[in-house]
Amino acid sequence: MSSDTHHSGISGLGGEVLEHTEVKVSHCYQCGKCSAGCPLSQEMDYPPSVIMRMLQTGDAALEDKVLRSFSIWVCLTCEMCFARCPMSIDIPKMMDFLREKSIKEKKSNPKAKEIVAFHKSFLDSIRYTGRLYEVGLFVDYKTRTLKILDDLALAPKMMKRGKLNIIPELIKDRSGVAGIFRKANKKNKN
Amino acid sequence: MTLGFYPGCSLKGSSREYAESVLAVAKAFDINLEEINDWNCCGATAAHNMNKELSLALPARILSLAEKQGLIEIVVPCAACYSRLTVTKHELSKDTELKALVTEANGLEYTGSVSVLNIVQFLDKYITPSLGGRVVTPFDHKVACYYGCLLVRPHEILEFDREEDPQSLDVLMLKVGATPIDWAFKTECCGAGLSVSRTSSVGRLSGKIIGDAKDRGAEAVIVACPMCHSNLDMRRDAINSYLGEKIDIPVLYITQAIGLALGLDRKALGLQRHFVKVTV
Amino acid sequence: MSKVGVFVCHCGENISATVDCAKVAETAGTYDGVAFSVDYKYMCSDPGQNLIKSAIKEKGLTGVVVASCSPRMHEPTFRKACAEAGLNPFMCEMANLREHCSWVHEKGEATTDKAIDLVRILVEKVKYNHSLNEIKVPVTKTALVIGGGIAGIQASLDIANTGHKVILIEKDPSIGGHMSQLSETFPTLDCSQCILTPRMVEVAQHPNITLYTYAELESLEGFIGNFKAKIRRKSKSIDEKLCTGCGQCTMKCPVKKIPSEFNEGLGKRTAIYVPFPQAVPNKPVIDRINCTYYIKGKCKVCEIVCPTGAIRFDQEDQIMEVEIGAIVIATGFTVKQPDFFPEYGYGKYADVITGLQFERLASASGPTLGEIRRPSDGKIPEKIVFLACAGSRDPAKGIPYCSKICCMYIAKHAMLYQHKVHGGKSYVFYMDIRAGGKQYEEFVRRAIEDDGVNYVRGRVSRIYEKNGKLIVNGVDTLLNAMPVEIEADMVVLATAGVANEGAEELAQKLHISYDPYKFFAEAHPKLKPVETNTAGIFLAGACQAPRDIPESVAMASGAAVKVASLFSKDELTREPIIAVVNRQAPPVYSSCVGCFLCVSACPYQAIEKEEIKNRNGEVIKSIAKVNPGLCQGCGTCVAFCRTKSIDIQGYTHEQMYTEVMALLNEY
Repeated sequence: MSSDTHHSGISGLGGEVLEHTEVKVSHCYQCGKCSAGCPLSQEMDYPPSVIMRMLQTGDAALEDKVLRSFSIWVCLTCEMCFARCPMSIDIPKMMDFLREKSIKEKKSNPKAKEIVAFHKSFLDSIRYTGRLYEVGLFVDYKTRTLKILDDLALAPKMMKRGKLNIIPELIKDRSGVAGIFRKANKKNKN
Repeated sequence: MTLGFYPGCSLKGSSREYAESVLAVAKAFDINLEEINDWNCCGATAAHNMNKELSLALPARILSLAEKQGLIEIVVPCAACYSRLTVTKHELSKDTELKALVTEANGLEYTGSVSVLNIVQFLDKYITPSLGGRVVTPFDHKVACYYGCLLVRPHEILEFDREEDPQSLDVLMLKVGATPIDWAFKTECCGAGLSVSRTSSVGRLSGKIIGDAKDRGAEAVIVACPMCHSNLDMRRDAINSYLGEKIDIPVLYITQAIGLALGLDRKALGLQRHFVKVTV
Repeated sequence: MSKVGVFVCHCGENISATVDCAKVAETAGTYDGVAFSVDYKYMCSDPGQNLIKSAIKEKGLTGVVVASCSPRMHEPTFRKACAEAGLNPFMCEMANLREHCSWVHEKGEATTDKAIDLVRILVEKVKYNHSLNEIKVPVTKTALVIGGGIAGIQASLDIANTGHKVILIEKDPSIGGHMSQLSETFPTLDCSQCILTPRMVEVAQHPNITLYTYAELESLEGFIGNFKAKIRRKSKSIDEKLCTGCGQCTMKCPVKKIPSEFNEGLGKRTAIYVPFPQAVPNKPVIDRINCTYYIKGKCKVCEIVCPTGAIRFDQEDQIMEVEIGAIVIATGFTVKQPDFFPEYGYGKYADVITGLQFERLASASGPTLGEIRRPSDGKIPEKIVFLACAGSRDPAKGIPYCSKICCMYIAKHAMLYQHKVHGGKSYVFYMDIRAGGKQYEEFVRRAIEDDGVNYVRGRVSRIYEKNGKLIVNGVDTLLNAMPVEIEADMVVLATAGVANEGAEELAQKLHISYDPYKFFAEAHPKLKPVETNTAGIFLAGACQAPRDIPESVAMASGAAVKVASLFSKDELTREPIIAVVNRQAPPVYSSCVGCFLCVSACPYQAIEKEEIKNRNGEVIKSIAKVNPGLCQGCGTCVAFCRTKSIDIQGYTHEQMYTEVMALLNEY
């Protein structure tokens, strides 16, 4: 990390964060309260306060690390950090933006493969039926991740309790919903 | 009387018993819950993680449909759907450009006139006033009321109860004769959407919750969110594995607990569908 | 025929950078009645002033317009220069080309045109100026000090030692303030009461100081050198002349369970009480809210046991009026109760306490006699956690500022704990360490290096109770935000220093400014820290902003000197910019019709009624009359007067209309 790029400017990724989420990274004075309260900080490569510091530096190498981090994917958006932050920094909103950008630039962390796959399978399911079809979700997810054996015993237990629909519920205006997806995805490609 | 009803995907599938108990309790008080016609999935966690416009357009479609149907208030038992719908209302009221974008994507008119009620708001407004006199079998147990994340945070947008040590579920449970305990994990996250993709994390986070409830003598955990219920109930094996012991404390939806106190049929409340046997 | 001199200043480059000063001077020189017009680099300098003086003498100037900075800067300078040259100082006007023109506009023709306009209107005004003489008012050489903490005590002693009289009022039953609650003070670890009480006694015994405790300011009127204050002496229910301070009443009082304010709620007191053993005066007061006699009409044990019959249940509050010349405000500050931090459990868990409560535990005269014990079960904590910034530097909770003293007192508390509990473990969760005073940094290093206090950089997210322990969830930001969980026996929160309740009301009674946090405003943040914008009222100590003892004492001495310098003269001169009701020849006497609307409008009660009588003593007419000693020249009466009979000297109707017309007319 070169010292002359190490500045707390609002250029680079921090500037994009400001533009899209109104979060100003310079507000963070690194108290660490977010990391202290985050339920998953121990599983993150960079806890939330560290992600903030990386964005503050405006350093391109660190910004790249942020987009490639595991942290942004394992974040649950539980909103605990935002609730306790003394500077009222909307970290969850920032995380959503970083995730979207990470996908756009194909930088999502390989360790987050299952998490990203789950989100994609979920969205694929509702794109075509309008509502979540859980069996479809599971099949799609297992195809993406090849985790065939995981939770295999769960399905019959769920079925026994009447919790699994074999037949998907299809809404009438499926083309309307598919249209929403199309338009939203087109925006993303730009 | 009739109110709008948005069950969401979980209530139609893996959390069917929640819907059953909500409808049973509503019926006991002569309230008709009318489903929004042709409702779609709100997008839940996946949408806002992957695509901002999508995460606002999907809930906006639901609200537009409700408006079209002439519904003034809609009851949303799932805390995640409640969160998405309320956040969408808030974002679209603040940003007219965003609103225009979303309505263009949806092809539907949107005014933001529909009121979104979470399960507790619905109960407090329409059930609680006459609840006291209708209790047949007091729910005489020590309960740990678990609120999870999305019912109470972020407070500036939801403006419901309070972020630290909330009390709305506790007050409700008191009314049906329970003894709510003071415990430390009321609003700590259960592991949310990582149920499938990272079950070990759910085991740890939900394990801490069940562990604290048990240490303080809770006989049941009361929830108001199908995701939380799923993690605390369906994933009990992962929890037991984290805690190193088998814990039998059942997890009930608030409406199931109320239903039991009202003397409603156990099967009608869907108690047999749980993974952890409901012994209370 | 007017002969006005115009002097345009460059003010170095402050004005000339955006205004063409030469052009302004040249244009002014073409006006009717202007006998001399020049521009110069530094008008306020000696050569600049000499320029004015020689012009007055040589050209026989009848009026001077100095076009330079704000009158608040140099009006006295230029007026003095005119006076020295033999011209009445009130024939000198200033056009503000700096704050009103060059500093707020870009360089250009429009800016120069504006400067020309500003000069023109004052040239026209000054043609209508009259010679005026300063007003002299007497000075009452008694000071009022409000607040009996260390700052108030210091200010009182300093003023009293210059030979002037001081009235010191304190709202609590005893003087001493927060300093009397402290155990030991940083950085020397001196026993706080040991260094304070001698001063308290000195105050009580000083021949020039009159001390009233359990007293508050009721109202204030007047102006510098001539204030009238009403002081409410709350009823102590004791005849202080008879009471000997023997203490029988406090020993026998049956109501013993009232939470003690002095001990921050950790100890108990009786209904008739002395706040602490070293109180000055060492005489009790009765807390009428909790005393059985006032609630139920029964008891009276204190009256029975009092050997001198000093109890007076029917005693009422007394309002006394005093005349004073200056006021020093030393009302101090308070700590904000941290129950707005629900994640820290203050108020829910007995063993989560504030820094001030910890002081009481550590104090030898405190509820635990100096032993650090848990309020819940009285056990000595083996592990203690201190949280810095529990309220300060927290915009989400409403307080963005730093409370300045907490880093130091946390280090002190941790050190005291380690000294008292050998083998105990202490932790401090901090964001930064602010130790800027003399010996302060070394003090904090001692805590870390010699006493083994564990400093962890990070804030705590939440505290909850489990199995009698307090679980503290913090983080170490210097180790990649590693979570740090501590099972503590006691937690101490360094709460924010905030303004006292009632500070706003007091500021309004005194007519002084205050900031959004209700701290009183100094006249200039850098150069006038002990003065307010209200002449004659000075500030000392933490009522202006949170601060430590040495700074409070220094400020108090500073305020005392300001008071002493005020009292060093027998008379104060006041500007003659006051209102005057016109007088004319008989039979009119005055255009005033005697409606007296001005009397009700005047905020300073400075207007009276004057009866004009004939030789037989019959009243011909009643008109208004302005008391020159009280009038502040605000102009409210002028706006109210329907017959334009009242005018402000130096800002008459004539002068004001002339300025406006000069601005509107093309020249």
